[in-house]
Amino acid sequence: MSGARLSDLSKGDRGLIKAIAPEGHDGPGEIGHDELERRLLEMGFVEGAQFQILHEGLVGRDPIALKLDDMRVALRRREARAVLVERV
Amino acid sequence: MSEAVLPTRVALVGNPNSGKTALFNALTGSRQKVANYAGVTVERKEGMVTTPGGLRVSVLDLPGTYSLRARSPDEVVTRDVVLGRFAGEAPPDIVVCVADATNLRLVLRLVLELKAVGQPMLLVLNMYDIAQRQGIRIDIEGLSRELGVPVVTTVAVRKRGLEDLLAQVDALVAMDRPRAASLWHEPSAAEIRQSHRDAERMLRAHVKPPLRPDTFTGKMDAVLLHPVGGTVILMLILFLMFQAVFSWATPMMDAIDASFVWLGQAVAAYVPDGLLRSFLADGLIAGVGSVVVFLPQILILFFFIILLEDFGYMARAAFLMDRLMGVAGLHGRAFIPLLSSFACAIPGIMAARVIDNKRDRLTTIMVAPLTTCSARIPVYTLIIAAFIPDRVVWGFASMQGLVMFGLYAAGISSALIVAFVIRKLIWRSATEPFLIELPAYKVPDPKNVARGVLQRGEAFLKRAGTTIASMMVLIWFLSSFPGAPMGATQPAIDYSFAGMLGHALQPLMAPIGFTWQMVVALIPGMAAREVAVAALGTVYAVGGQDDTGGLAATLSQQWPLATALSFLAWYVFAPQCMSTLAVVRRETGRWLWPVIMFVYMVALAYGAAFLVYRIALAMGA
Ligand SMILES: Nc1nc2c(ncn2[C@@H]2O[C@H](COP(=O)(O)OP(=O)(O)O)[C@@H](O)[C@H]2O)c(=O)[nH]1
Repeated sequence: MSGARLSDLSKGDRGLIKAIAPEGHDGPGEIGHDELERRLLEMGFVEGAQFQILHEGLVGRDPIALKLDDMRVALRRREARAVLVERV
Repeated sequence: MSEAVLPTRVALVGNPNSGKTALFNALTGSRQKVANYAGVTVERKEGMVTTPGGLRVSVLDLPGTYSLRARSPDEVVTRDVVLGRFAGEAPPDIVVCVADATNLRLVLRLVLELKAVGQPMLLVLNMYDIAQRQGIRIDIEGLSRELGVPVVTTVAVRKRGLEDLLAQVDALVAMDRPRAASLWHEPSAAEIRQSHRDAERMLRAHVKPPLRPDTFTGKMDAVLLHPVGGTVILMLILFLMFQAVFSWATPMMDAIDASFVWLGQAVAAYVPDGLLRSFLADGLIAGVGSVVVFLPQILILFFFIILLEDFGYMARAAFLMDRLMGVAGLHGRAFIPLLSSFACAIPGIMAARVIDNKRDRLTTIMVAPLTTCSARIPVYTLIIAAFIPDRVVWGFASMQGLVMFGLYAAGISSALIVAFVIRKLIWRSATEPFLIELPAYKVPDPKNVARGVLQRGEAFLKRAGTTIASMMVLIWFLSSFPGAPMGATQPAIDYSFAGMLGHALQPLMAPIGFTWQMVVALIPGMAAREVAVAALGTVYAVGGQDDTGGLAATLSQQWPLATALSFLAWYVFAPQCMSTLAVVRRETGRWLWPVIMFVYMVALAYGAAFLVYRIALAMGA
């Protein structure tokens, strides 16, 4: 399966990161697509990285915590939308 | 003074949670100076150490970062110091990059970025004990060759590898290579990707994955990040923390209070009655005492905060609370500072340093004093005891308890609402993404925790103490001058500047039902909220300031119920605490923010008291 966004996945899902493609972060008061892309990259959301979703928050299953290669990170689903993934 | 040889400057750079603080402590021990960078409220930590080669080295601990592309005030400092752009801060001679040896991916990318800066550099693989325990095999020489920088391994908490590290500093200085011109520029997304690929290649070539990976963190997270269980555990931790803050701090606070009272009396016994005695006993000693009395709460609260931080739990707390804080437009990390403010806004405001985004941090600071701090409790108890009947309602709840609960609820909800207004209506820009690393759990090192706690205490006493103590002296001055004339019938405070001010302001406060005595009491009450109780005692000339029972009886005869409720509403919001304002000035570096805080809180207090008073009158109270 391909073309999914990280924000649409649930606890236990795993896969590979395909691309970083922010959208909807360019409005007023947003950090902008380029900035979000670079921040995600700097936290290790880079093409080819393996991930598995480990935990979800209580309200709206948000934010999510995942294992990303050999580290653990947490982010909101809102930012996770920018991460295109391939489930395996 | 003879011109001493300037020490070699070494700057520590690294990802958060790499053990940078522990390494800094291990290197410099007690020879540390903690201050602020000029013009910003980022903590500057510097310490001295001598290398095996006899070189004097000054070590600067820079804020943790993932990149030189600064995103927060802390990271701006790191970037500017490393690049030698920071005004008044000489560029480091050597950059020491500190890495968590068990988690090298992101830091290798940072090393590549730092290399472009052109300074002599050194990579420290810290937490090497954990890497060995997990069976991670690192080809140190290969890594060093490929990166083109010396690599050493350390265990900061055991002080292992420090000699090696310092010997490498000696070697780098001995080489005396001219500093290369900086080629650093803000990397584009494509460049970040490229450096990731390079880092990935190095990892594959020189680092073998763990034979015995850490399973502890996963098991702990299964419990601590469980949506329901984890939240319950967080609440329990907080409950215990506050129990400790109150129950452990109270005896210490009482002891401090008593010793300052004793000191005041001792001075009074030696100094003849008059201005000097009043200044020493009521102004200076009471003023300093009012600062020091906060110390136990600050120490205990930071003991827990630093313990949980070093254990790796704080990032989890931010994860669990992010959604709730998000409703108010805040970041998950704002939770702990806001919560700490229930004990006292001062440590809460100091704890807001963990928030990276400047606006989120300022917003948190601005709303922190709205949460119900412990100094409001004496005021609430007094008024409730005097005016709220001790009745059981709905068959189970105490009416007095309900009012108390209502006052707490008013505090926390107003904090969230004001935060919402600031973040969603006024400062709409830059919704900070929530994107944090969840570090592996670690057993905190007692020495590092102790050092962190003591540094917080010292910072509070040194930086806030001077401001607060001088404010206290000012308030004493206003309440004592001019003195009462001969044959005065009213309490002395009535004839003072505070008294005049109170009388002058009273017409303004009449619409909210305040008597002139109340207004007069509010002025010394600026010292701290609980002082209002004593000040009311003074203006109503109730003998014995600790006699709250007598005071409650007097008040219940003197004030109509509507006035009492209005006074409670005032105290939910009013900035009746100089210390808080002084700390906000210290933490934000400007007077602008405490002034805004004062104005908006007075406006809220007035509005709330007005509404409560009018509604109570209309309902026939
Ligand atoms: N086992 C072990 N723990 C360490 C080492 N260095 C630091 N720690 C622990 O790692 C945690 C984070 O360290 P700290 O210095 O606060 O990290 P910082 O965020 O980089 O300043 C603390 O609990 C330290 O006690 C080390 O070399 N070995």
